[in-house]
Formats: sequence, C-alpha cells, structure tokens
Amino acid sequence: MENNNGTTIILMNSGMDYAIAAFNIAIGAAAMGKETNIFFTFWGTKAIQKGTYTGSSFFGRMMGFMNRGGINRIGPSHFNFWGLGRWMFKQMMKNHRITPMEQLLKTAIDMGVKLYPCQMSMTVMEIKREDLIDGVQEPCGVAAMLEMSDHSKQTLFI
Amino acid sequence: MTEELKAVATLDLKGLVCPIPIVKISQAIKQVQIGEVIEATATDPGVLADIPAWCKTSGNELVKMERVDKTFHFIVRRLK
Repeated sequence: MENNNGTTIILMNSGMDYAIAAFNIAIGAAAMGKETNIFFTFWGTKAIQKGTYTGSSFFGRMMGFMNRGGINRIGPSHFNFWGLGRWMFKQMMKNHRITPMEQLLKTAIDMGVKLYPCQMSMTVMEIKREDLIDGVQEPCGVAAMLEMSDHSKQTLFI
Repeated sequence: MTEELKAVATLDLKGLVCPIPIVKISQAIKQVQIGEVIEATATDPGVLADIPAWCKTSGNELVKMERVDKTFHFIVRRLK
C-alpha cells in the first residue's frame, strides 16, 4: 500500500443493507484499482461468520444462539420482522437481478478486497477464528485499522 | 468503426447491475494490451455515470458512449 490511494471501510452494523453498501463500495474501489480493506467491528463481524453457534460463557452462548451470523442470515436493519423482511428483500433483489449477498462476498474476496475481523469484538462476543469464513485476514485491532486508513484516500464508517 | 478502433474484446453486461459492470470491465481491461480497445453493452442506467468515473479513476480512456434504445454502448481504451 505504497501509493496511499486505498479505500478503508469500517463496517460496524450487522444489517444486510449496511453489508450490501460496504461490499458494493469495496468491490467498486477494487475495480478502480484501489487497495481496499474492510474492517469488521462489533455487529459487522456477523457478515463474515460461518453461521455456527458461538460463545463459551452463558451470555456468550445466549448471544450466539440469538444471532449466529452468516452472510445469508443477516437481516435488513428496517422491516426485518423476524426474518420475513429478509426473505422479502431477497425476493426483490432477485426480481431486480441485484447481486445476491454470498456473491457479493465472494466477488469482494476474488477482487482482492482484504477483510479484517476486529479482535476486540471477537473477544467480547466470544467469536473464535474458526467461526469466521475462509478468506478473511488475521484479526487485528485499532492500530492496524488506523494504519490502513493512513494509506487510504477514503475511510468510510458504515 | 475505423481500423484503429477495432475492439479486441466485446463484453455483454446486459442485465447486470452496480457494481458488477465495472468489475467485469476492470477484469477485461487487464486481458488486453495497452492501446487496445474493448466494447461493452449494458442495460443498467447507472453505467452512464459509473463508466466515465471508472475510466477517470483507473486512468483509461472512454472513447465513446452512446445510448441505443434501452441499452448503453461504450468503448474503452486501455491507457496503462
């Protein structure tokens, strides 16, 4: 990242709509030849989880049971209605031939977008490295994220 | 089309929506030599703004862009 022309996206929210925005922007930036990173923090990590039950403590397991994540399991931030909204949105996306979620994730990885999980969020929510999908980078912290941001022209917080 | 503008690759981007058209074009441009041109046809109206922006940012030349009915036809030359 020597040309300082990259794009860094911080994905904070778990909503499907937020994830679509983050991946679309990342894919676009990668297509424009920029070195692109997405830093997944807090609820954002749900987008790169495999969908396995997580947690080791009582609260951690409870959290993992209520929301085990996975790119296809995250719902829209509005009108989710316990999953009905997610289904409806996916139908609408299909009807309008919008790229499906798992395809966005795959395209981002194929285009060389680097996906960084936030170590602190993983610790708090008791998410282990093996609960995350293949193709993500090693978990890192705020200093690593700020270094990416230093080498980027744009840093977006979603 | 003049001899100089002979496209070495033709992309069919019909039915694809943002951000896939620019993904395809950025992949296709890597397959051709510098100075060669590729042509593409898309249906997403978003390409009207996105392709010129992509060309500008990635340092390639938008040779031509035209609307034919409901499709958008454009020609891009690889500059670097």
